Amino acid sequence: MRSWLLPLLLILPLHEALAQSAEEKGLALAVEMDKRDTGWKDQQGAMTMLLRNRQGQETSRKIRTRALEVHGDGDKSMTIFDSPRDVKGTAFLSHTHAQEADDQWLFLPALKRVKRISSANKSGPFVGSEFAYEDLTSQEVDKYTYKWLREEQLAGKKVAVIERYPSYKNSGYTRQMVWVNLQVLQAQRVDFYDRKDALLKTLEITEFRQYDGGFWRSHKMSMTNHQTGKSTTLTWAQYKFGVGLGVNDFTRSALKRVR
Amino acid sequence: MNRTVSRLWCMARNAIGLLCLCTLAAQPAVQALDVSGYLAAQGRYFAHAPLDARQRYLGASVAAQAEFYHEFAEARQSVLFTPFVRLDSADPRRTHFDVRELMWQYLGEEFEVRAGIGKVFWGVAESQHLVDIINQSDLIENIDGEDKLGQAMLSASLTREWGTVDLFLLPGFRQRTFPGTQGRLRTTPRVDVGQTLYESGAGNKHLDVAVRWSHSFGAIDLALSHFRGTSRDPNLNLGRTSLGETVLVPFYAQINQTGLELQYTYEEWLWKLEAIRRSGKRNTFFGVTGGFEYTITGVADTPADVGLIAEYLYDSRGERGASGFQKDVLAGLRLTLNDENSTEFLAGVVTDLDDGSHLLSVEASRRVGVDLKLTLEARAFADITSRASIYSLRRDDFVQLELAWFF
Repeated sequence: MRSWLLPLLLILPLHEALAQSAEEKGLALAVEMDKRDTGWKDQQGAMTMLLRNRQGQETSRKIRTRALEVHGDGDKSMTIFDSPRDVKGTAFLSHTHAQEADDQWLFLPALKRVKRISSANKSGPFVGSEFAYEDLTSQEVDKYTYKWLREEQLAGKKVAVIERYPSYKNSGYTRQMVWVNLQVLQAQRVDFYDRKDALLKTLEITEFRQYDGGFWRSHKMSMTNHQTGKSTTLTWAQYKFGVGLGVNDFTRSALKRVR
Repeated sequence: MNRTVSRLWCMARNAIGLLCLCTLAAQPAVQALDVSGYLAAQGRYFAHAPLDARQRYLGASVAAQAEFYHEFAEARQSVLFTPFVRLDSADPRRTHFDVRELMWQYLGEEFEVRAGIGKVFWGVAESQHLVDIINQSDLIENIDGEDKLGQAMLSASLTREWGTVDLFLLPGFRQRTFPGTQGRLRTTPRVDVGQTLYESGAGNKHLDVAVRWSHSFGAIDLALSHFRGTSRDPNLNLGRTSLGETVLVPFYAQINQTGLELQYTYEEWLWKLEAIRRSGKRNTFFGVTGGFEYTITGVADTPADVGLIAEYLYDSRGERGASGFQKDVLAGLRLTLNDENSTEFLAGVVTDLDDGSHLLSVEASRRVGVDLKLTLEARAFADITSRASIYSLRRDDFVQLELAWFF
């Protein structure tokens, strides 16, 4: 028995890989990417968002983020605005879900008001930038279906090219073409195709650094809108992992007192 | 007026002393003080001649608000101080100072404790804030009632898996601010706050209490609250000054108010409901505000959003109600451009279904440059009959422009 079984076990994975459809292979890569980025528990980051219009005029925003990893559901996150100064103290709380709609609340400091907002506006621009809400929320595996295209080189790195199709409602995209850096198992470039399937935006993700626990984070994300000529660059400062954030730091009460 | 300012100042001074002691006792790690705020210049133009010849056509004013924040003990504790001041050319009453916040806060694992002067908002609706009761309205700032006076409080919050419970002890009642003789957007006859009467023998020193439970169940946000103490809404009764001028005298009753806040969020729809039951010695009444906001995103292939708002307002007191919204409907339109200057536009019409009077309102704002924000506000009162609760405002259509510098 044993002598038969061993060769079978060795052959099976390879055989499976050969028989995998492009869809299964794409999904397998997405699952692998998700698995590689699991176990970070909680993290903090700070970024400068630089908005550039077609004429090259620039405006900036300073934003801090906190996130909590949730097993069996989408992650929770808090986004806090430090500038522009007229919106200083405004904060955004998001409980993402793989299947159902995300829960989102906004804190307006002038009125001390917590407002539950609709998460249907996935395709709308985030604070006037070229990033849509759906580009910035937690990228859960189940939010897309996938298709493997090919392997190639991009900027000297070995990448896998896959396509993914949003399976959630109200997306502004028909599809996204993703170049996955196979060393860090994260997207290095994403092309976004609008509802008419025309190329809308390109996101370039660079300056990856590895943190304790083996987690990779990009420190520069540049989104270029090909249709308007506008662009937005996010420059991230050092991330912090395992800062001790818990469920109580992502409640409506926490949103009211956030700093 | 002077007495109010000196009393406020005295309160503020005592609270600062207390906060300093707390800070020293906690042996804080020295961290930077976070300072921010704004300085704003405002102009108001009224379209019609006033009802009372003593009232002005034009108003110019400047306002400033600063916020000082310091946290210590590994961010477990913090102090916050937010003074506000306005200087007004038209109405000496509108020249006023207020401590919006002066708060010490302690954060535990599942609870928070706060002591000092603070601001608390309750509610979900847009047309009026029926349930919101902790703070008094600084009505002289804006007739929309969204500006609030700082309220002294001791409060604790507990958050568990079954929701959040907030408890409040509220000493020191604040009177509603009303425009003075020269001010527009006031009742005729004017309100004389110097003669204010209270039902409670303790006057403005009655200790009020409040409790609120809130929780989210998936797409539903629910809150129940109860308040016992001095009503924030005064009854205005006819009276006379020592010089024989007819005035309105505020009377603050003792009430019990139970409130419900409910919001159901489904895709582009926000369904909202606020309801109160208020009982006092003289009467018991119900108030309801309910409606929806529906958002159309990406209008006409632009990044802009359009929100359609409709709310129904009911008050069982009828025209006697202090709110003026006894059987009214709000139809509103919100336009958010989602551009880099955060351009926003909100227009609404409140129609009284009984007498057909209209209150029209437009608010628009946009960032200018890096630190400036320009805000336009206009209100008009149309088809006002003598039965309408806003009859006194029939000549007070106005446009207001404000430029604020944020630091």
